[in-house]
Amino acid sequence: MKRALISLCAMALLGAAKADRIELNDRCPASFRLLEDGTCELVTLYSAYSSPANHGGVRAHISPPAKRYTPKEIDLGRYLFFDPVLSVNGTMSCASCHDPAKGFSDGRKRAVGRGELERAAPTLWNVAFADKYMWDGRAATLEEQAAMPLYSPKEMGATPESVERALRAAPAYRDLFNQAFGQLPTAELASVALAAFESSLISLNSRYDRYAHGDESALSEQEIRGFNAFRGFVARCSQCHIPPLFTDFELAVVGAPADDQGHEDAGAGALSDDPSLYGAFKTPTLRNISRTAPYFQAGQFGTLKEVVEFYNDTRGHAAPQGKPLKIHWHVHMTEGPELSEEDVSDIAAFLLALEDETLSPEIPSRLPSELQQNVRQGMATSGGLK
Amino acid sequence: MKNQNHLKYAFVMLPVLLAACSGGGETKQEAKQEESAQASASPEGAAGPREIVVEEGGSIQAAVNEAKSGDTIIVKPGVYKQSVYIDKPNITLRGLRDGDRWAVLDGETVKNDGIIASGHSTVIDGFYVKGYKGNGIMTQGANNFQILNNHVEGAFYGIFPQYGRNGLVKGNTVTGSEDAGIYVGMSDNIDVLENVAYGNVMGLEFENTRNALMARNHIYGNASGIALTIVPGLPVKDAYSQVIKDNKIEKNNIENFAPSSSIAAGVPSGVGIIVVGPDDITIENNEIAGNDNVGVLVTDLLTFGLSNDPKVDPYSDGIKIMKNTWRDNGDNLSGMLGGMIAAASRSGVEILSMGKDRDSCLLAEDGVDALGVDQWTACDPSMTKATFDTAMIKDGAEEPVYSPEQKGRLTYLAVCTGCHAYDSVLHGPSVESIKALYADNPEGLVQYAANPVRKREDFPEMPAQSYLGDDVLTQIADYILYDLGE
Repeated sequence: MKRALISLCAMALLGAAKADRIELNDRCPASFRLLEDGTCELVTLYSAYSSPANHGGVRAHISPPAKRYTPKEIDLGRYLFFDPVLSVNGTMSCASCHDPAKGFSDGRKRAVGRGELERAAPTLWNVAFADKYMWDGRAATLEEQAAMPLYSPKEMGATPESVERALRAAPAYRDLFNQAFGQLPTAELASVALAAFESSLISLNSRYDRYAHGDESALSEQEIRGFNAFRGFVARCSQCHIPPLFTDFELAVVGAPADDQGHEDAGAGALSDDPSLYGAFKTPTLRNISRTAPYFQAGQFGTLKEVVEFYNDTRGHAAPQGKPLKIHWHVHMTEGPELSEEDVSDIAAFLLALEDETLSPEIPSRLPSELQQNVRQGMATSGGLK
Repeated sequence: MKNQNHLKYAFVMLPVLLAACSGGGETKQEAKQEESAQASASPEGAAGPREIVVEEGGSIQAAVNEAKSGDTIIVKPGVYKQSVYIDKPNITLRGLRDGDRWAVLDGETVKNDGIIASGHSTVIDGFYVKGYKGNGIMTQGANNFQILNNHVEGAFYGIFPQYGRNGLVKGNTVTGSEDAGIYVGMSDNIDVLENVAYGNVMGLEFENTRNALMARNHIYGNASGIALTIVPGLPVKDAYSQVIKDNKIEKNNIENFAPSSSIAAGVPSGVGIIVVGPDDITIENNEIAGNDNVGVLVTDLLTFGLSNDPKVDPYSDGIKIMKNTWRDNGDNLSGMLGGMIAAASRSGVEILSMGKDRDSCLLAEDGVDALGVDQWTACDPSMTKATFDTAMIKDGAEEPVYSPEQKGRLTYLAVCTGCHAYDSVLHGPSVESIKALYADNPEGLVQYAANPVRKREDFPEMPAQSYLGDDVLTQIADYILYDLGE
């Protein structure tokens, strides 16, 4: 009791001395509950359903992600995510390419690091559920993934040493890491905090979800038609984009065209001797898909309708020629599924019902590094919700 | 205990409550009811399950929309050029049959799928389904489903339960499917009984399915009779514990007419049963006759040429083949498979094992003519599944049970906190201000949440939460007003 009082006094004094000290949030983000071990666990209505692991469907069970983080780790990750202090020359943050105002993507065909990259910045919504990361699935954990763009010379260009140096040089970060981890900043802990923050980006309360939980009025008649075509066995979208997460996290070859610069991407095939993986990419989630145009790994399609039309066309019609692609069996049939015009429009309309950004995080108004935020296409404005 | 019953009621009555709420919803409801002018409900009102009758030419979907959990929809004989979907629980959809006159669902070769259901405990009984481009009848994520006594012709899959736990597929006839007539995909605890499958690429299939029974089916005149498979690259990574017994599997010799891009295109014709990758399979007391290449083919994913999945065991292990009746199998070799058997200077082969399977066995006394089974052992007679009569769960697959308080708190976290922070403004006003506004007035809070009206210009309109049900909303209101922050 006495000790608590003293530390309270110390905190009050500290607060008086430096009124603008950043205190990490000790509450879990919205839709998470604090467990007794001090970590935050996701709560979703899907957890109240019963189905075997990895089953899909309208009312399939979703278990909260097994990896959990403390409120302070999550909040520290939020500061780091928006802070260009991590990049080699202090000009780029994670949010430069994963802009909350653009569905945690960047609206570009290919992301721009220190020069244009080969692939698009994927959304971060619901990444906590994935078991592999990056378009080619090369990272197994969020922590591993977070380090990849950070230390890629083509992206943020940092090194573990530069990250640690920059964070330890910023008094505010010394304090924040102490609050979250009880120790000085390290590159490894920065990755943990980034993963913690990214795990809080949950989108499971769209109009579609209200429909799934029983609100028949949540979808329009066209959207319901679209959902039926989507899950039906002509279009077969739901065979890989399986509800409720609208992905299966598998690697799939769909026969994507080369990008607009003629680049043919081997995808996961570049990392494997397995010829069936040539041209394979991780199935992206369709959650908030309306927010992340253009589509495919190098922005080959500008609109959702174009994507649906791609799948409605003859199998392999746009695939690079002369490559032994083993296109996924659900990319339909020799002549294409021949969905009606109405089906194509209806499916595209349905996908808009998967929009839910209510749990978008608050963008820090001030960065611990005192650097300016730099979201590439101008400051994000609509992502912050407070 | 009383509370639990209350909760059960809340789950069952969710759609009922939904239908009963919100002005906008009501007009829509009325419009749909008008549409289904021919659907007539029994007069006793809201209490108890009802029968809704669809007269010839009426809209089956309108009846489904009108139905509440527990209701039965009776569809009179006639032709219905419609597709139907069921996304609510406990609906029985029953086609009436008058001699040769069925309740016919006709896709006219332009519609996608006949019936799609996701609702738990859906029953689909007695329809003649034809002319759909996709599947005749499919369920996705429905537990405790029953698909009974239907006749499905000419779909991709005739009947396709997917992601189901505990289901019964019984008494159906399936023909003309470009893949499997009855395709059980990634499901658990499924019985497939007394169906007839002919003229399909495969008659019946279990794919990535666990704990399942196929019994007393008649499977003839398909390219392959029964397929037991594990398909790589799917979310469910295993397939095991399947019993195939008392079936009649004969003359599955037609040409494989699957589209060339499909996995089914690789299935050889002239095969009674093809096993590709699942484990712990019992094939017992079947009549296997007149399949031109081989009675039972046991192989693995690699031999079959499917792509590698690091999380899938590609081999068929623990195959037990006992006490079947064999007649005239392997007597008319053709195709690649026939060529391979011929190359081994053999014909009349009843069982062919081509993979690196382990722990498989035969019953010596059966005297089966087998090839490639050198490493197989003798089955122990105690392995018999003669008395095994269902793979289903005795009392059905259950939903997890939460107390009303738990359900209220979970829902508060899962739904409310997305827009309402405790002591600050998020998308909507703070919970503190809501507590002040509705102090000692939980009914008022429930009423507002069920049917909100925009009160303040500076906040977005709140979506109606009536679908959560009054019970849950009441628990949430109690939690917010009396527990939170106290």
